[in-house]
Amino acid sequence: MSKVPVNYKRTDMQSDQEVKWCPGCGDYTILASVQSFMAELGISKEKMVFVSGIGCAARFPYYMNTYGLHTIHGRAPAVATGVTLSNPDLSVWVVSGDGDSLSIGGNHLIHALRKNVNIKILMFNNQIYGLTKGQYSPTSEEGKKTKSSPFGSVELPFNPMSVALGAEASFVARSVDMDRDLTTQVLQEASTHKGSAFIEIYQNCNVFNDKAFEQLTSKEGRVANRINLVHGEKVIFGAEDEFAVTIENGEAKIAKRTDIDDSQIYVHDITRENPSVAFSLSRLSHGPYGPTPMGVFRKVQRETYNEDVMKQIDFAKDSKGDGELDKLVRSLGTWDVK
Amino acid sequence: MDEPKLKIENKTVESIPAVTIRFAGDSGDGMQLVGTRFTDTSALFGNDLATLPAFPAEIRAPQGTIAGVSSFQVQIADFDILTPGDNPEVLVAMNPAALKAHLHDLAPNGMLIINEDAFEEKNITKAGYKIDPRESGELDGYRVFEVPMEKLTKEALKDSEIKGRAILRSKNMIALGLISWVFNRPLEDTINWLNKKFEKLPEVADANIKTLKTGYNFGITVEAFHHTYVVEKAALPTGEYTNINGNIGLSWGLIAGAKLSNLELFYGSYPITPASDILHELSKHKNFNVITFQAEDEIAAAAATVGASFTGKLAVTGTSGPGLALKSETISLALSAELPMVIVNVQRGGPSTGLPTKPEQSDLLFALYGRHGESPLPVLASRSPSHAFYTAIEASRIALKYMTPVILLSDNYVATGSEPWKLPDISDLPSLTNNLTTTNNSKDGFLPFHRDMTTFARPWAVPGVPGLEHRIGGLEKEEGTGNVSYDSANHQYMTDMRAWKIANIANDIEPLELNGDEKADTLVLGWGSTYGGITQAVNRLNEKGVKVASAHLTFINPFPDNLGEILSNFERIIIPELNTGQLIKLIRERFLIDAKGINKVAGEPFTAQELAEKIEEKINE
Repeated sequence: MSKVPVNYKRTDMQSDQEVKWCPGCGDYTILASVQSFMAELGISKEKMVFVSGIGCAARFPYYMNTYGLHTIHGRAPAVATGVTLSNPDLSVWVVSGDGDSLSIGGNHLIHALRKNVNIKILMFNNQIYGLTKGQYSPTSEEGKKTKSSPFGSVELPFNPMSVALGAEASFVARSVDMDRDLTTQVLQEASTHKGSAFIEIYQNCNVFNDKAFEQLTSKEGRVANRINLVHGEKVIFGAEDEFAVTIENGEAKIAKRTDIDDSQIYVHDITRENPSVAFSLSRLSHGPYGPTPMGVFRKVQRETYNEDVMKQIDFAKDSKGDGELDKLVRSLGTWDVK
Repeated sequence: MDEPKLKIENKTVESIPAVTIRFAGDSGDGMQLVGTRFTDTSALFGNDLATLPAFPAEIRAPQGTIAGVSSFQVQIADFDILTPGDNPEVLVAMNPAALKAHLHDLAPNGMLIINEDAFEEKNITKAGYKIDPRESGELDGYRVFEVPMEKLTKEALKDSEIKGRAILRSKNMIALGLISWVFNRPLEDTINWLNKKFEKLPEVADANIKTLKTGYNFGITVEAFHHTYVVEKAALPTGEYTNINGNIGLSWGLIAGAKLSNLELFYGSYPITPASDILHELSKHKNFNVITFQAEDEIAAAAATVGASFTGKLAVTGTSGPGLALKSETISLALSAELPMVIVNVQRGGPSTGLPTKPEQSDLLFALYGRHGESPLPVLASRSPSHAFYTAIEASRIALKYMTPVILLSDNYVATGSEPWKLPDISDLPSLTNNLTTTNNSKDGFLPFHRDMTTFARPWAVPGVPGLEHRIGGLEKEEGTGNVSYDSANHQYMTDMRAWKIANIANDIEPLELNGDEKADTLVLGWGSTYGGITQAVNRLNEKGVKVASAHLTFINPFPDNLGEILSNFERIIIPELNTGQLIKLIRERFLIDAKGINKVAGEPFTAQELAEKIEEKINE
């Protein structure tokens, strides 16, 4: 993508539409983070496209002063695929929620990731259906009592990081709404990534699922439970850096640093070709409870779907010449009637 | 002195105006190939022709059973024909099951060529015969020729590099060679084709050519075949011709639609019978800047097409019945966002998986009404393989000019049948306009729903164009700004406007034309693939002195402007359809006419004969 020197302020990224999420919704913070980030991306805004499906998060494009398409439930990755294939010069972002991405749109998500389509997918995970007023979602914890599960949900939730890694995603990261710095870092990493990026952003729904991420956002929880993944650095965490992550027989484990030698601590490498370590890190928590890895899990270079499609078109034009209708209609052989 | 020529003793050549031949065998017997080769040779010779392939939905149904029978019918003629013929005059049956499945269609005194080597007790029983049909008397009344096709093949290939059971794969060439002899068709074209097809497997090409010649020579040797036939060249309008089926015609029409509109074609699809061949064909032509996207499912195929449309492509998705159901919600999105898009539906027998390889016209009402909310869109239908080319261009024209999704209906009969097509002068094809814009239409910012007051189309501003950034979606939009609006008066207005925009297209389409006796009391009205059958039936009835006319709709929504007037000129309206009565509902509702239907859902097209009889019955009722 051609970067041009464009300097926007955050306000240049704001559309004239009134933002209509509930007061206190985590989406406001994410919107602010994304608007600030996009303003500094160095791409002119006519090249930015935000595509969404259905849900609270899906209203996002209306608030961006860019091109935007608010589509139907779950299908945004497929719509965005059509956008980016049609004009590879665009910066294409999908904004989605946990229901949109992992329930009704699960198929489109995994295939967009598998194909490495050049789109960046932001999944706001609030672990609840907000727009339909409070049913359990595919990321709600087991036993969750909601309007549609008065006796508690009996479903094992998805671990979104594991799903994305299992779907051959080349870029996988996690952030949380309150942490604008981390969100910006992760967006930065994603924007320089060639191909599909999957970013889960824990997002508080203060109306239907308040404080779901408290273990990662409260004063004590933030220091105790957040495992910050930083490329090239040892993975240590805790209020006094007293814990570390080790990889034993391919399995990520949490250890007290007093029990191990520092040389045993896993040094995070987002470029590992094999996704098994990243997957193993994703299994350290199943939901935002207890020690939970945050940041970029994986960022590997792979040919993008867009590039491969264009290569075939270029090859066809080089070898056959530009298509001509006169030749096409004669390609099966003709005869003359005199 | 003349050069001496090989003379076959007692050979007589009878000239006939037309013949209908049906090849039938196991689905692995290569009947489609034999039929296609005979068709192409006849096309090159200059006959007019039409074909009807029929095959089971299973790739390899159990050998020797009725379920596994595949057939290919072709009519060749020295005059302009519109259908692949009624009852075949020649039937080639490669095994007892093929005989059992097709004998009832063979015309009285028809020529029946059977592969006698396949008539073993096991195969006879498998086909459901209690006794050998050759001995039961049921073949009386036909001219039966028993040919040892397998023995001939083995003998021909005894020195070939091909060994074992693989040898018998060439036995279809015996049938093709023999039919070529009987109808005085040269083998050169097929020999060239085989050499090219098996360029890298010369031993396979060689085996097939040997067998082909053996079949032909069998005709020379066996006196029974010394009465041969020739169908002379058809007096078609002069010009350059090619032979196409409907899926190819439609694919080329889409490529032409993109060229003529100076846009690039995006085709999103998911494999489904019988629409897949459009995906196959388009994926060959990437040098036209065609992007083919084989999606993860039908919905994604349509959704990616919406994305492509938003980004300025001629965006097309293709499918068959069940897939159209899955695309329904996405089509409503395109309709609501007023994005141009063509949806191709190659109809097949339904409901559900139904009859995947058989023709039916039963998705008409679904195409018109199969969406939630008030969601009118243009619907048009291809009537023949060459018409598919022009309707694909027309569907593109309407979509781009009016900023709307358009459904283009084809069906298995149009899609897989073939006919000679007189090539158009490409420079005569119309250029297509669109609503792409790069300029701001208001001093207060771009208004994506500010309409053109002639077409009522909104401007098409695509990502990448500076200054026209805007956001739209499936929520109701405010006229002009396109902003989300829940205002009641606005929703009423937008709903009415979307309907009016489509209704208004009636002024911009070809008027309906009459065929046959314009002063008749009776009009036969059709749409889609019944065109050949209806027209031929009406022409035959006219020749017989029965007063009847016909007219064939391309657009079913909106109807052409002159339809009402035409209908009012006739006392009796008959509507034949390959469904239980769908167009008839629309005509009755719109024009309050007591039209009569002729309906069939038997997984096969109407024959002209069948229609002629039924039309006459209705007239005499």
